[in-house]
Amino acid sequence: MDLREMLVQLKQDHNVSALAVDEPHRDETYIWVDNRDFRATVAFVQKKLRAPLSMMFCQDRRAAGGGFAVLCSFLCAPLKKWLFVCASISEEAPRFDSLSSVVYSAGLFEREIREMFGIEPCGNSDARGLRLHEENWPAGFFPLRKDFTPPSAAAAPGNHYGFTRVEGEGVFEVPVGPVHAGVIGPGHFRFSSAGEPVINLEIRLGFTHRGAEKLFEGRHSDAVNLAECVAGDSAVGHALAFCHAMEKIYKAEVPLRAVYIRAICLELERMYNHAGDIGGIALDVGFTFPSAFCALIKEKIQALNRDLFGHRFLKGVVCCAGVAKDLDDKRIRLLKSLLEDISRDFAELKRILHASASFIDRVDTTGVLKRKTVEDLGVSGVAARASGLNTDLRKIFNGIYEIARFRVCAESAGDTHARLHVRIAEFEESVRLITEFIHNMPSGSVRNEAISPGAGVALGYAEGWRGPVLYWIAARNDGSIDRCKVVDPSFLNWQGLAYCVLGEIIPDFPVCNKSFDLSYSGSDL
Amino acid sequence: MIDILKTRLVKGVVTKRIAASKTAVYEPAGAQLKALIAEKFGRSLNIREVDTGSCAACESEIIACNNPIYDLSRFGVNFVASPRHADCLLVTGPVSKNMAQALRSTYDAMPEPKFVITLGDCAFDGGPFKGSYYIENGAKSIVPVALHIPGCPPDPETIINSLLNFLRI
Repeated sequence: MDLREMLVQLKQDHNVSALAVDEPHRDETYIWVDNRDFRATVAFVQKKLRAPLSMMFCQDRRAAGGGFAVLCSFLCAPLKKWLFVCASISEEAPRFDSLSSVVYSAGLFEREIREMFGIEPCGNSDARGLRLHEENWPAGFFPLRKDFTPPSAAAAPGNHYGFTRVEGEGVFEVPVGPVHAGVIGPGHFRFSSAGEPVINLEIRLGFTHRGAEKLFEGRHSDAVNLAECVAGDSAVGHALAFCHAMEKIYKAEVPLRAVYIRAICLELERMYNHAGDIGGIALDVGFTFPSAFCALIKEKIQALNRDLFGHRFLKGVVCCAGVAKDLDDKRIRLLKSLLEDISRDFAELKRILHASASFIDRVDTTGVLKRKTVEDLGVSGVAARASGLNTDLRKIFNGIYEIARFRVCAESAGDTHARLHVRIAEFEESVRLITEFIHNMPSGSVRNEAISPGAGVALGYAEGWRGPVLYWIAARNDGSIDRCKVVDPSFLNWQGLAYCVLGEIIPDFPVCNKSFDLSYSGSDL
Repeated sequence: MIDILKTRLVKGVVTKRIAASKTAVYEPAGAQLKALIAEKFGRSLNIREVDTGSCAACESEIIACNNPIYDLSRFGVNFVASPRHADCLLVTGPVSKNMAQALRSTYDAMPEPKFVITLGDCAFDGGPFKGSYYIENGAKSIVPVALHIPGCPPDPETIINSLLNFLRI
């Protein structure tokens, strides 16, 4: 549906007229409406586009005399566009109508807005904190406001967190975390169970909150090192999304050779993580042999990363308007030969996994996430593709991926087996893509030195190995960052995990968890 | 099963084969580490890891230390599931305010004698997150730290070499 038609219909059906329509970039449209019409407009747009809410956030514009602004964005795949619905919020009445009753996935974003800005989403009844834990942080301090000063050590923290209670005869609770038995990130999982099946799983996160969004403020495009540390196992995805936003604002062209090298890095990152996850899924059902085998494959790819780019996690490769490291012929030959080696190993791994009926039996129909749940929760990436949603930013914003005839890997069952299969298929597709990229890569420079910092807003995005990584950045006249909103796919996908274990037994939780393999730090920021 | 046996016969011992280029440095270092651990800790050094807000890259490298190539446990270094079983606490991350208490409790739960190692630039002073409103700027302010292993993240060879140099003292 055309945007103009949509605005006309919005006027007819809801008597809402847009105050302004901006199109700062070809793939971004901002529709500004009055605060009172915000909820109706979002509900209308979501119904029309049938797209999940991809991000929702606020911006402090008081320095420019504009109060606050609330923005939420939808991905409109057919138009290859991101559509933002925005409204101003006055400083005197910092509130807007909650969207959570019409768009379920807005609920978490609204809690984030409330604790970071002190802006009230009227009607969102979940008043609990998300990242600033009540027992460690006094009420009334909002870090993302521009006039924020940290609380003094003497300030008394607030209340305790209220977990959802499941009551009834025979119901018991199993609290796990934040410190877990394995070498893994911190999170608190509270299972309510009666007999074997899980009745409710509540996930409390925020333990790795480091205030990353605030740290971006005031920095320039060199903050890519910070983006790489938001989720270290997804360093390329985050660096790419960050740089993409900065490049759009600075109107900097990326040389084609750099685009290819970036894509090679992104696929290498996908490969080593998927290899690790496939091993993790096997390990979590006690099948240790393929898990060790996967560790070998992962190690091989990470060692290759270091030989090619000097870092096992590919940190420091992507930079604004290009890449910091070029690939010479010798390295390209090494990459080619190791890719063959790795895909041989991977084929063997696949045979081992599929030869074990008991392994397939354990993952099959375990942790089913229905397509409807995926759509309602706004789950994205691997988990969405395993439940039949054919969504991948590499397909929508195709560019060099189209030349390489990229194929989206999707399954429909939504269980652990499907997620495993998506990972296996994506690994193989990545090997093929890298081979194509090497073949198609032109010669030339890999970095555009002529960047001129300036003001503007832009959304940067990349399909990381977990799913779409989004960076929305607003820059001031000198090119420094005024606001940076980061959304890692983990943020909404954690809810998907909480739903998929319902009815399963607690011992199946680790394998379900591994089949999602979400980031704690990416979600907590 | 036949597949697995065949693979095993064809591939041989992968730990040696893949690490061939590194064997010259890595294996003697590991042997020395093993001897030192035997001398100072009886049989083994048990490590409990706590993530206080790392980006997961440090965890990934610690896990890599236990993959079949580096296989740190053959030198007597084990990662244990409970602080009660640990000689050493390995801290990653810049210590988020939400993890300060958990870090303290984990340290308190360990039996004496015990020591703390920080791993990765964040755990030293906050790294790229230094100065944030929500971190404690490294583990030093919460627990006494005996050794720091630098890097973002340190690779498995750096981890084992740092452990070795530390135990030599």
